Amino acid sequence: MKCLTRLVFATLLIVSTALAASDRPAHFGDPALAARYDALLSQLRCLVCQNQTLQDSHAELAQDLRDEVRRLLEQGHSDGQIRAYLVARYGDFVLYSPPLKRSTWLLWMGPFALLMVALAVVVKLSRRRAPQPPPLDTAARARLSAALAERAQPPS
Amino acid sequence: MPLRFVVPLLLFVSLVVVLGVGLQRDPRLVPSPLIGTPAPQFSLGTLASPELAKTREDLIGHAMLLNVWASWCAACRDEHSLLLELARSGSVPVIGLNYHDELEAGRRWLRERGDPYRYTLFDPQGKLGLDLGVYGVPETFLIDADGVVRYKHVGPLTHDVLAEQLLPMLAVLAQAPK
Repeated sequence: MKCLTRLVFATLLIVSTALAASDRPAHFGDPALAARYDALLSQLRCLVCQNQTLQDSHAELAQDLRDEVRRLLEQGHSDGQIRAYLVARYGDFVLYSPPLKRSTWLLWMGPFALLMVALAVVVKLSRRRAPQPPPLDTAARARLSAALAERAQPPS
Repeated sequence: MPLRFVVPLLLFVSLVVVLGVGLQRDPRLVPSPLIGTPAPQFSLGTLASPELAKTREDLIGHAMLLNVWASWCAACRDEHSLLLELARSGSVPVIGLNYHDELEAGRRWLRERGDPYRYTLFDPQGKLGLDLGVYGVPETFLIDADGVVRYKHVGPLTHDVLAEQLLPMLAVLAQAPK
């Protein structure tokens, strides 16, 4: 019973957050515009809750920016123009994937550079052979063949 | 010490230094793309007379601070006494920008706590706030005599920020040839 109550509350909680996620849902007559709106919002960062997109954030600022994106879309601006509009005000940080330029070069290339270094180390280590034992001298060789012969034909 | 111990140790120490520096930095501070660009155009009333339209032209003439605040903003209380002090000293004019607030709430705030501003722009929709890239009230902009944004501080003003950043920059701006 207790378990059931918990389940009910958990479900209610999930449903309520899902409902609350779009505080003021935008309605577009044109489904293509609605699709572009959703796509844009999922690429833009809310500056208040920095790890949320504009789509997910409940912050008041995110609502303002959503309204602004909708207004610009309805005025017929392209996706690129809308991104540029927000970047001019909030900087590259507003974009979830920052543009490739001199200041972000390390950010984009760093992981690949690290991977190359790691691969180089792995290759170098795997090439390094275990040290070879010194070659056997004649006496040792004779003892070895005697031992092997003895093993092949065990004394009965 | 053999080289095969020295190299990993150096790598480890440099990683610790890089991560340590990263931890010291405030991830909420986003560099503003507005620095060095003209302040945006606007047409807003003031708290005292909402029907009066102030524009960007009113900002031009001498360097000033533009302080973004709201009556719902708790951190704005922390900097208010400093702003009053600054206004009394008369070293730099301070213009207010009342952001996403209600007229009466904004007026009451100034009545109760004192008014450090020459005037306060009233921006209930956050229109100018958006054009200025405001994301965390309070914010303070330093705007020079030509209306160009020179500096932005996010969060409450402190004596240190004032003494180490804003006042030296204002001194430099005052000496610049007109």
